[in-house]
Amino acid sequence: MIKSNDVMAYGALGVLGILGPILFPDYTLSIAYLWMMVLMACTWDTLGGQMGYNSLGNITFFGVGMYVSAIVQISFFYDGGVGEYTSAMGSIKPEFTDSEYFLGLFWGILAASVAGLVLSVLFSSFMFGLRGPYFAIGSLGLAIAAAELTITIDYVGGASGISMPLFPGDIEFRSTFFYMLCFGAAVIAHFLLRWLYSTQFGLAINAIRDDEDKAEAMGIPTLVYKRIGWGIAAFFMGGIGAIAGNMAGFIDKEVAYPVPTFGIFMVAMVLLGGKGTLWGPVLGAIIFHVIKETTWTYLLNLQWVALGLILIVNIVYFQQGIMGWLQAKFPERFGIVVDPSTTQVGSRQGGDGQ
Amino acid sequence: MLDNLQLLFVWAPVINIQIILEGIFVGAVFALSAYGLALVWGVMNIKNLAQGDFVIMGGYMALALTAADIPLALILLIVITAMFIYGWIVYVVMIRRIIDQDMFVSLLATFGLSLLMQQVMNLIFGPEVRTVDMELPVYDFFDNMVTIPSSKIISLFLAAVIATCVVIFMKKSRTGQAIRATAQDPRAARVLGIDTDRVYAFTFAFNAALCGAAGVLVSIIWVIQPFYGITYSVRSFAIVTAAGLGNLPGVISAAFGIGLFEKYTGIILGTAYEVAAPVSILLLVLIWRQISMRRNRQVVK
Repeated sequence: MIKSNDVMAYGALGVLGILGPILFPDYTLSIAYLWMMVLMACTWDTLGGQMGYNSLGNITFFGVGMYVSAIVQISFFYDGGVGEYTSAMGSIKPEFTDSEYFLGLFWGILAASVAGLVLSVLFSSFMFGLRGPYFAIGSLGLAIAAAELTITIDYVGGASGISMPLFPGDIEFRSTFFYMLCFGAAVIAHFLLRWLYSTQFGLAINAIRDDEDKAEAMGIPTLVYKRIGWGIAAFFMGGIGAIAGNMAGFIDKEVAYPVPTFGIFMVAMVLLGGKGTLWGPVLGAIIFHVIKETTWTYLLNLQWVALGLILIVNIVYFQQGIMGWLQAKFPERFGIVVDPSTTQVGSRQGGDGQ
Repeated sequence: MLDNLQLLFVWAPVINIQIILEGIFVGAVFALSAYGLALVWGVMNIKNLAQGDFVIMGGYMALALTAADIPLALILLIVITAMFIYGWIVYVVMIRRIIDQDMFVSLLATFGLSLLMQQVMNLIFGPEVRTVDMELPVYDFFDNMVTIPSSKIISLFLAAVIATCVVIFMKKSRTGQAIRATAQDPRAARVLGIDTDRVYAFTFAFNAALCGAAGVLVSIIWVIQPFYGITYSVRSFAIVTAAGLGNLPGVISAAFGIGLFEKYTGIILGTAYEVAAPVSILLLVLIWRQISMRRNRQVVK
């Protein structure tokens, strides 16, 4: 039964992913943001849901990735260097050829991902001695500190930001291109995580969530697993940060470190969908994004008030999320399957139990 | 940066007095909100990320009341009462339901509350930086090198009065005893006839009132803005993490320490680091705590 759910879900998402921008070309970038949020929610859930380390600071890697990719892309083909580019406040508009731009973008995204990974390893040396709320507050502190430190660095434009290299090609090609990048990143992240959760890694991080001390006592090298878990999240956050920076076209502190928006959205999406489940983050992200896109513009200035309310209502009254609720309500269809081989036997013998 | 250091220690060491006094003035305000946080954290295990927004809300109330020409003492009383009622309402609507939950739930729920309060205040009062001008005399010392507005002295005095009242209240009054009993062992407290739900509600409301009082003082000695709340929350967390729960002398000294640290970083590194300072001190405290715990093979939890 699990299998058929998955097939249906992948079918529906695949159709949305491929036909979406073809049928609704006006909304291509909006759907691109949807995939970006799916990726953020999925990678947040690795730590928050599956491992029990609730990070409020994953957005740090997003911002750092954005800036790293900007530096790489600009310094790659502009001889004056980043310092000269940023101090000119956007008056320098170097003309990149197509191949230069795409090569720079490729290396920028790669460098951003690696920067996220390196940074997460660095952070993990002093963050993983913190548990529970201390980890959450500490990581929130990291994000705020990173944002504040970035604007004091004149090399990357300080508080006035950097404008990214211009995209060669028309606006439709631009949105389709970035759409494909976002969609591809989300698909890769989802399938990588899906595979990882089915391996020993998944079991180990779940053990850490359930009782870290016992897991440690059972001989699981918890620090290594925690590092890997955060490293994966940071790798993807860095990469998507680079893509988002190029999509936005201009980056500064508000775009790169959106702590009160994306930083909280990703947690809210996972909680809405149900944390610690494979589909929860995806479902939560889609529902959240659709609600946000359809109602935001009608709420005038009240959208942030609405966001706070959604968060409170979600956490206080609907903690288990959609997937958790489905698991409790329809266990035979959505419940957790402990071992696939025993279920296949079980469904063959008691298949008409429904 | 070197110029600033030279200024401080070679050319005009008198400025140090100014900075130390400023640090003490703001530290007194931090101590109030940090003590409130330590109280709710210790008694009901709620980590309130909306702490700073309570402070700012108190500040805006004071702002609105000064516009109506009400004397300071009365403003303080009104704000404390109003914030007490507000805290009680917040407790009944949301905190009661998350009190037995996972700690992250309280953190995130109060973060949601914080976002909500920020935005509502932004809608009502606008995003400008505001301050209450008391039009009180300013005293100069050392050829105008050290200036102390009397509003700051008043605020320090008021903070001391409030803190003393709180200590006496917690030690002597029946409710204070009930709060401390509940913090020690809620189950035993219930068995002995204490209505713990009421104690929780009172504690949370009391915290809101303390924050509100701190907010009034902030509005007269410093500036308020709808989005400044998070720095007060971060400072409160740093103070409580450094001092531990239920350790009032520790809270007060940590608060003065943070006040001094912030003022000195502001002078030495420049105002660009104003927000980074409390955050970095939180991170430093957390790292330092981890190292000291790791010696005993423990973690910060």
